[in-house]
Amino acid sequence: MNFAFYISGAVAVIATLLMLTRVNVVHALLYLIVSLLAVAVVFYTLGAPFAAALEVIVYAGAIMVLFIFVVMMLNLGDRAAAMERQWLTPGIWRGPAVLAVVLILEMVYLLRSDAAILSTGAVDPQAVAIALFGPYLICVELASMLLLAGLVGAYHLGFHKAERRARA
Amino acid sequence: MAEVPLRDGLLLAGILFSLGLTGLLVRRNLIMVLMSLEVMLNAAGLAFIVAAARWHQADGQVMFLFILAMAAAEVAVGLALVRQIYERFRSLDVDALSAMKG
Amino acid sequence: MRLLWLIPALPLASAMVLALFGSLLSRRAAATLGAGSVGLSALVTTLVALDFSGAPPAGHSYTQVLWTWIKVGGFEPQIGFYLDPLSLVMVLVVTWVGFLIHLYSAEFMAEDDSYHRFFAYMNLFVASMITLLLANDLLLLYLGWEGVGLCSFLLIGFWYRVPANGAAARKAFIVTRVGDTAMSLGLFLLFTQLGTLQIQDLMQRVAAQWSAGSTYAVIAALLLLGGAVGKSAQLPLQVWLPDAMAGPTPTSALIHAATMVTAGVYLIARTHVLFAVAPSAQLAVAAVGAATLLVAGFSALTQHDIKRVLAYSTVSQIGYMFLALGVGAWQAAIFHFMTHAFFKALLFLGAGVIIDALHDEHSIFRMGGLRSELPVTFWTLLIAGCSLAGLPFITAGFFSKDLIIWEASAAEQGRLVFWMAGMLGALLTALYTFRLIFRVFFGPLATPVTKRPGLLMTIPLLILAMLSVVGGYLKDPLLVFLRPALPSTIESASGGLTEAQSGTIAALAFLIGLSLAYLFHLRRRGLAEALVANPIGHTLDQWWFAGWGFDRIYDKAFVQPFIWIADVNKRDFVDSFYTGIAWLSEFVYRGLSETETGRVRWYTFGMAAGSALFIIVVLAR
Repeated sequence: MNFAFYISGAVAVIATLLMLTRVNVVHALLYLIVSLLAVAVVFYTLGAPFAAALEVIVYAGAIMVLFIFVVMMLNLGDRAAAMERQWLTPGIWRGPAVLAVVLILEMVYLLRSDAAILSTGAVDPQAVAIALFGPYLICVELASMLLLAGLVGAYHLGFHKAERRARA
Repeated sequence: MAEVPLRDGLLLAGILFSLGLTGLLVRRNLIMVLMSLEVMLNAAGLAFIVAAARWHQADGQVMFLFILAMAAAEVAVGLALVRQIYERFRSLDVDALSAMKG
Repeated sequence: MRLLWLIPALPLASAMVLALFGSLLSRRAAATLGAGSVGLSALVTTLVALDFSGAPPAGHSYTQVLWTWIKVGGFEPQIGFYLDPLSLVMVLVVTWVGFLIHLYSAEFMAEDDSYHRFFAYMNLFVASMITLLLANDLLLLYLGWEGVGLCSFLLIGFWYRVPANGAAARKAFIVTRVGDTAMSLGLFLLFTQLGTLQIQDLMQRVAAQWSAGSTYAVIAALLLLGGAVGKSAQLPLQVWLPDAMAGPTPTSALIHAATMVTAGVYLIARTHVLFAVAPSAQLAVAAVGAATLLVAGFSALTQHDIKRVLAYSTVSQIGYMFLALGVGAWQAAIFHFMTHAFFKALLFLGAGVIIDALHDEHSIFRMGGLRSELPVTFWTLLIAGCSLAGLPFITAGFFSKDLIIWEASAAEQGRLVFWMAGMLGALLTALYTFRLIFRVFFGPLATPVTKRPGLLMTIPLLILAMLSVVGGYLKDPLLVFLRPALPSTIESASGGLTEAQSGTIAALAFLIGLSLAYLFHLRRRGLAEALVANPIGHTLDQWWFAGWGFDRIYDKAFVQPFIWIADVNKRDFVDSFYTGIAWLSEFVYRGLSETETGRVRWYTFGMAAGSALFIIVVLAR
């Protein structure tokens, strides 16, 4: 099982790296999906099957698909790819790379003395459900309100566009 | 399940987060920016799951669920905004949205 | 006598009321308050005088201390009033003449918009002058000194909307400031050396501690002389008085003829002990007086403006008073002050009547034949002119001026050159006075009379004319009265002229002056014009007309360099501190503006970098 953790972890990191450097947006999206799937496997190896399932179904399956829909709708084409190539100069990576390295080093420094081992045994969905309907009930309600807000907002923003086009 | 040191799990989350941050700072396409944001959120969720595995409790997964819900709502609104921006500016360049300059 | 404090307090209170509420009062109320307060003050003074002379207090002096002003270390000046024959005589003159002038100005200024402001300033002036005269302490005297200087400034520039008046007021203030600075240096010296500024104490200590001719005494006396010279418009600070005629005529009458300009005379008389201990300083006083009376006399001879003639005449007559003080004829100086106050105020008030009647005409060459048009004015001004010129035996001016001229030779410190200067001055006085009278009142009518004076303007003229005649007979009683306060003049043992001889020569000078004036300005006026047209005559005329060129010298020597320095210093290095601060702020602003790019990625980078930095700081602890 350790083996699986490390392999999926590596896949996730490599896929994310590749995602960052793609010129074509749809290619980048696909690499992102691969990364998410790898992370789902990591969840499973860590004993969180419910989270793994959610990751695949909701994150990779719904959110990423939404992304793809919008990209396809915008229909960017080759001109966009050319612009991306123009923007992605090698020099542009310097500052953020330094920052990322600094952050990772800080993390390594913080974790250097931590010797804990993750315990065995999965936490099955039943336990999660009991937690959700017990102490975390109010968060569930808040999350639903958040989703409602997101729904209304997205609808409103989309609606106005159609209206303007109708008027013009 | 795997008996992985906590350190490695958290390190993985950290690396993914840093990569997402880098992508956010480097890419100029608005869609790419949103995607990097997703990567960062995902990494945060991974950290929660790792912590839950450490203490063998369900709370981590619950938090992950909420992060997921929040990410979904955010993506919905964000993509609607992307469409409006494209209508207005005819490009998806993040740097074009600098009317707050000065 | 306990009402002594009322004398300055009444005009001061009236000035405050007029200043604060003047615009709410009607003209009549303002005039009543203004003139009434000075009138009341004059009445109180008379009561005090009757009390004082009827039952003189011990030591012929009365002190009334109101409160202690400052208490710092060994320095404790008081607000106190000191009454002795000297201050009593001067306060009597100031309040009564002041009252008459206030009555006159109630009608003279009747058409002016700032009626109440005028009376407020005049009352403040009278209050300051009386404070000066009654002051117990040199510091309080200096307060009154500055107060009269302020009121002089305010009143010269009364019609401030005309820029020339403001310039004249500033000139007066700045020139007297030079004198005031000298005086304050003198006060510093006196205090640091002798430890007090209370006048009687100070005089005792001077007599006790400083021997005759000691350096400190001479320096202190010369510094006080500097102050007196500034305030009394003597050489070399006489330049402000002719220009001060820009103020209203009652102001010129009160301040620049009768009262303020005599403050210097009073100062020297009050501190006569100090001057007695410093003979060289006293000689300087006499020299200044003699020189001034001649310089001003010649200048008065060439002036066109009627008020400027009178202004130079004032400078000249005060020169006589300084001459008297300088040779040790203390009482003679005060006597001449009194008579001069009468006839000079009368001359100015009469000049005001003429100027007003001729609709603001100032030049004597455009006047003439007013003898029949303004009879009262003519007779009163004739009396005043005769008094000024010294018509023998009848007028007050004869007695006072001749006393001074005789003492200039007869006193122990007198010299022949002073006597000759005084005599020549007397001739000049007669000459310019009758030039004025003949030009204004005789000859053909040049400008028509549009206004005649009313009762309030005529009565003061009459009263002052009467005093100009009668005042002469007060000579002996006055001299006796002043003896406790001022020492008698020490006559020199050696020969010299007797009083009668000097008087006869003075009468001759008067007649010569009168006949010359008659010749040049009445009989054959063509001679006067010919004299001026002649090249030498013309040069002298221009030179004396410009006051012997003092204005030009001061301008070149002081004013222009000062303006140049101020101009060069417009942007000096001290300014760079302030501009530097502004520049720094702008620099930081521009720098910070650069960071607000409006780009999301830039802001995110800032946040992330900041967090990283923060974590490092936390880890490093």
